[in-house]
Amino acid sequence: MKLLMIDTSTIVATAAVLDVDRLIAETIVNYKKKHSEKMLPSIDHMLQDSGLGLKDIDVFGVVNGPGSFTGLRIGMATAKGFAQALNKPMVTVSTLEALAANVCASDSTICPIIDAQRGQVYVALYQSDGESAEPSLKITMAEGVYDVDTLSRKLKDLNQPVMLLGDGLKKYGKQLLEAVPNACAAPAFLAMNRASSAAYVGLKKIQQGKTVSCFQADLNYLRKSSAEEQREKKLSREAQHHE
Amino acid sequence: MKILSIESSCDETAAAIIEDGRCILANQVYTQIAIHRKYGGVVPEIASRNHVMKMPYVVQDALDEAQLTFDDLDAIAVTKGPGLVGALLVGVSEAKALAYALDKPLIGVNHIEGHIAANYLAFPELEPPFLALIVSGGHTNLVIVKDYGTNIILGRTRDDAAGEAFDKVARVLGYPYPGGPAIDQAAQIGDAQAIDFPRVMLEKDSYDFSFSGLKSAVLNELNHRKMKNIPYKKEDVAASFQAAVLDVLTEKTIRCAEAYGMKKIVIAGGVSANKGLRTRMDVAAKQHNWALYYPPLSLCTDNAAMIGARAYYDFKLGRTSSWDLNAVPGLELPGLDRNAELNLNK
Repeated sequence: MKLLMIDTSTIVATAAVLDVDRLIAETIVNYKKKHSEKMLPSIDHMLQDSGLGLKDIDVFGVVNGPGSFTGLRIGMATAKGFAQALNKPMVTVSTLEALAANVCASDSTICPIIDAQRGQVYVALYQSDGESAEPSLKITMAEGVYDVDTLSRKLKDLNQPVMLLGDGLKKYGKQLLEAVPNACAAPAFLAMNRASSAAYVGLKKIQQGKTVSCFQADLNYLRKSSAEEQREKKLSREAQHHE
Repeated sequence: MKILSIESSCDETAAAIIEDGRCILANQVYTQIAIHRKYGGVVPEIASRNHVMKMPYVVQDALDEAQLTFDDLDAIAVTKGPGLVGALLVGVSEAKALAYALDKPLIGVNHIEGHIAANYLAFPELEPPFLALIVSGGHTNLVIVKDYGTNIILGRTRDDAAGEAFDKVARVLGYPYPGGPAIDQAAQIGDAQAIDFPRVMLEKDSYDFSFSGLKSAVLNELNHRKMKNIPYKKEDVAASFQAAVLDVLTEKTIRCAEAYGMKKIVIAGGVSANKGLRTRMDVAAKQHNWALYYPPLSLCTDNAAMIGARAYYDFKLGRTSSWDLNAVPGLELPGLDRNAELNLNK
């Protein structure tokens, strides 16, 4: 059972092929957002170097948000194209859960944060489940969009060791580390998106039968387009005015 | 040769299957007009979100319509530009993935050349050379299509495209999106001589266009009338505006055809659906003894069939794409400019 996982949700362009018992190959480029140009050639090289063809892949996985809207769509359209052409199932993995899986052996509360612009971050909290033989992640705070100040208060109130990671660290790491006494940041190489971690989460979903077709696979933006937000604001203002 | 083509440059999610550049085996368009109407125009982010959801469906529907499977295809084509970058990227990513997975050639197509090729689908006998007037929301061009691989660009817009002016005037007049068809309809009942809007012809020997002055003239006229409480009929404004645009388009096309001795004239692009334009060009064709071509309405607006038609000739010319194909939002119509051509002939 081979899973090809693609993640173009942030500045990192990454893909991996995971088998049940081993990671076969992984490509990670943390450079510029040139995913449309670079991702497919990278996948091509990775497969060739591993002596594989796309036809050897059983499930096509993709990280489906939150993250860069355009980046997410490049990954999703690519994975959908593969799955449709070869009539194979897909599996989708949350960007936040994939990040948390980077440090799934940690005892701390795991807090992946992705920059959502406008002083906000996409965030969720996870706890490693130490009871099973293989570490798995339990979600303890649902995915959402938070003001950095609100998040900082929430983490402080937890009063527990917190492991921060994700691209939100770049802008807000210093502020969060200062405000939350028990917080530490994952080392840079573990703080970034890695398709192998997403594939690890994806594999567990496949084993639980949580695959979807290329028609069903959907993105989880966690935020509406600004045109929709503005329209809703305007409509609700008008409704209030009416009352 | 059967080509599956994909188009997602604006707010239509489309897939088609075309045989040998001329025969439509399938033509599927999922239009998002209803979704964007409440915003008064296309919202790029919403268009992109819908593209990525609908794309597998339109591809499957195209295969079903043609009663073919992926194995029957010889190549995959896609609009690479011009258009909205986020929207284009969905089609480009999907097409690349399909071509790579199926091990078929990939052909990135210029959307404007696609509009011209819509006429190849409608008229099997049509072959270059011909003079093409391309009028759409983003483009206004007069081009000699010398052969399938060579365009000589004689004129382009210096500011707004004709279709852009239509959209803006429609918005001020309070017509719903898309504005072009609404103006055209209103113009049928309005008085085209009610208001004398400027016809900007530019220099005597120029085939370029300029519509921003006309657009401002319409806005100024409306403001003036509102301030002074001078009543006007929306239909008259629409008709007078449309007449000004069509006068320029027709006049320049006639001049160009005469200067270059062209008797085969092709109209392409979204505005080629305009009834007024069609009527005016029909009259000009009779007067000047042209063979005039414009696509049926279904092929005037954005569609993937025209992309598949153009892709066939790109493929024949060896113009295939590699796996690093990217969307190019500002892609220009490829071609020699007028001076280069004049020098060539010296």
